[in-house]
Amino acid sequence: MDNSPILRVTDLHKSFSGIVAASNLNVDVAEGEIVGVIGANGAGKTVFINMITGYLKPSSGKIEFAGKDITGIEPRNATHMGVCRSFQVSQVFMTMSVLENMLIALSVSKDRGFSILQAYDRPELIAECEQIMARYNLSEFRDLEVSTLSQGVRKLLDIAMAIVSEPKVLLLDEPTSGVSSEDKFPIMDVVIGDLKKSGTSVLFVEHDMEIVERYVDRVLAFYQGEIICDAPPAEALKDPKVIEYVVGSDHDPKKPARKSTKKTARKPAKKSSGVRRA
Amino acid sequence: MRSILFQDKTIFWMGLCFLSLAIAALFLPNWIVNNVMFGLARGLAVLGLMLLWRTGLVSFGHALYFGIGAYGVALLEKYTGTTDIFLRLICAVIVSAIVGYLLGFILRGYRAIFFAMLSLAFSMVMYGILVKMEVLGSTDGFSVSRTTFFGWVPESKYALLLSLIIVCMASAAFVQVYLKSSLGQLSTAIKDNEIRVEYLGYSVARAVHVKYVISAIMAGLGGGLIAMALGQVDPDSMVNWTVSGELVFITIMSGAGSVVAPFIGGVVFAFLSTYASEFMPHAWQLVIGATLLGIIFFLPGGIWSLIEKLWKRGERHHG
Amino acid sequence: MQLFITILIDGLTYSSYLFIVSVGLTVIFGVMKILNIAHGSFFAWGAYGAAYSIGLAANAGFPAWFGFILILLSAILVGLVLGVIIERVILRKMYDQEEVVLVLATFGIFLILEDLILLVFGVNPFFAYQPMAYLGNIKLGGISRDVYSLTLLAAAAVIAIGCWYSLNKTKWGNILATVIFDREISLAIGINVQAVYTATFVLGTALGALGGAYIAPTVSVAPGFGIDIIILSFAVVVIGGLGSIPGAVIGALMVGILRAIAVHQMPELELFVVYAVMALVLIVRPEGLFAPAVARKI
Repeated sequence: MDNSPILRVTDLHKSFSGIVAASNLNVDVAEGEIVGVIGANGAGKTVFINMITGYLKPSSGKIEFAGKDITGIEPRNATHMGVCRSFQVSQVFMTMSVLENMLIALSVSKDRGFSILQAYDRPELIAECEQIMARYNLSEFRDLEVSTLSQGVRKLLDIAMAIVSEPKVLLLDEPTSGVSSEDKFPIMDVVIGDLKKSGTSVLFVEHDMEIVERYVDRVLAFYQGEIICDAPPAEALKDPKVIEYVVGSDHDPKKPARKSTKKTARKPAKKSSGVRRA
Repeated sequence: MRSILFQDKTIFWMGLCFLSLAIAALFLPNWIVNNVMFGLARGLAVLGLMLLWRTGLVSFGHALYFGIGAYGVALLEKYTGTTDIFLRLICAVIVSAIVGYLLGFILRGYRAIFFAMLSLAFSMVMYGILVKMEVLGSTDGFSVSRTTFFGWVPESKYALLLSLIIVCMASAAFVQVYLKSSLGQLSTAIKDNEIRVEYLGYSVARAVHVKYVISAIMAGLGGGLIAMALGQVDPDSMVNWTVSGELVFITIMSGAGSVVAPFIGGVVFAFLSTYASEFMPHAWQLVIGATLLGIIFFLPGGIWSLIEKLWKRGERHHG
Repeated sequence: MQLFITILIDGLTYSSYLFIVSVGLTVIFGVMKILNIAHGSFFAWGAYGAAYSIGLAANAGFPAWFGFILILLSAILVGLVLGVIIERVILRKMYDQEEVVLVLATFGIFLILEDLILLVFGVNPFFAYQPMAYLGNIKLGGISRDVYSLTLLAAAAVIAIGCWYSLNKTKWGNILATVIFDREISLAIGINVQAVYTATFVLGTALGALGGAYIAPTVSVAPGFGIDIIILSFAVVVIGGLGSIPGAVIGALMVGILRAIAVHQMPELELFVVYAVMALVLIVRPEGLFAPAVARKI
């Protein structure tokens, strides 16, 4: 049996003009492991995810995927290698139908080089998309424009688009945020069930401790940019530090306000690249 | 790729339209043929702009490639004496492709108003050079001799019109195949969400670059062909920013719904400007400007959205 | 030395004139996020208004200094009439559109205004040399210069200081800064954003028209007068940073002096230099030399 981790993070550190956002991160994730990432807002969870998928370049430290150094890799190359992600605010094509979203995702992952000039709506691709959509309960929305759909459906679509290339590691950034409470569990059942079947390693950021308890094998608790606890959920959620800094602060009355400003700052991300990307 | 080419309905209908235009042109008076030629040549440049528009990019400097194509044809004749249609077209394509490829490295990182401004700046650099350089003909430009076909010098303009139709047809078919391909869909999706495209595993910069080069080539072809149709090139009617503005105007007027739209828009514009400048020489820009505002307000899908509506209504009546 | 002084004076005069035109453009962009192509027409309307009224006044026997009042009056009139109509009737309905669509709309307005000039004033050029002749010439470092062009420098300085003062030291400036920062918040705290927009647009329009009116006595005012100037002012505001008034000063100085050097040393590069610098600035620092860098959002 191969015991080497699929993802290994060593001494990862990130600071923004002097402000430390993450430090001393050391994590190993085994194949097929489901890891919950918890922590208050600003604890460094999303920075951690962003560094692994190449959106942010770490200040120092190393990220290895299946033994290969992927530190500071471009997001698209991370995708090619098998490290994919979903987003806190669903990043889907709002003006297109669910099927079109899926077709674009699938055709991009299949067509390399000149074959990218093949028709994107080939029957075999449509069939494959329909299969994935069935697995993710998206079939009934097939031809609806995404902007008309609920947050929960968008989240599912976001994740479904991330798994078309059959990643080895999937990072989910708050898969249930913005989803109504009665939808949370069904969505996680679908997603985690599917990912377990394919043996994908999952890291997901989550605020809802019930969800963490139910689905994860292991918990990473973040506080002020550091991992303060790395243990199975039953143990982690009893850890006094976790209770003080994570679970307790989860009920902090300030939280919703802070969260919403964070979101509006994020929404124009696409537009902010108006000046210049790269 | 082949499957799109032969199965696509748009390409079939477009072929039929161009074919009937080619036949009809045999019986049409000269002034109509002329307008159709100017319209189709502009339509090629507009086809290029439409591609960018679908990604949410507006080039306010596409006259650069229009001018490069036109001056490519004129300078080729000046220095080598070549007037053959194929060499002229190849020259226009190669020069505009090279310039588009090089500038694409810079422009692919820009969006929105900054993309518009930088492309404007590039086109004005070229304008500045052309206007002031005696070697390049200065404000007067050059005249362009009649186009030959493997040494044959045709009497009428029909041969040129026919070549124009063939080039338009081929370009539109190519663009249609591109738009229906994975890459084309992806490039359109960039307008919707760049971050997602990058995370799907394709470089947004590269997708924009490819699109930009295609659009540069289309505009270059259009410029080369209009130089042949007009028999002359000059900076003010081919490279100045007002020309870029005119091309963007036709793009908005045509609508981005179909690869046929730019040609319809181009021809409508050609007739509109001929009539307007004939009947109200001091007010034709006013008509154009009012049309532009009207379309932005009332018909954001352009002429094509009207045609689509009529077409659907027709289908409903028959079915 | 002689050449140096000539280039300097030419450059500075030209810069002043460019600044007066461009500052209106940059103010409108800064507040309303509209890159206004029609600004070129405001410039042309100002020039026509001044040239026409100065001609009339001269024929009616008014003294030559009266021309200066007419220059100011035509700028204000153009600002009030065109500015209010265009902002209230057309632009107001489009604020939720994308920036690029707004640019296209102003291009439409530009085309309409260009032809309205032809319809109102005809195709023949206008000359309004009286104010320039009235001020006469002066010797500067051995070079004869008309005093009128030199007053441009003073006018530009007054406008620059006036803008800076009213933006940074007055209540009105504070309100404007709030609107620029966030339109929704401004509405929420009771600022009449519509009124601010109208006032800004009128001011910007009047400044554009003032540029045209001021330059009118030194040239022949003919159709197509606004076509070149608008792209030159784009270059100025892009170089300095869209929406920045100090940026407009720097941009105008750079473009004006570079052009003066080119005109005297290598006339064939006159236009090339200006646009090459514009392209270069956009490549190296797309937000312009003077605009504060915007933090990356996500």
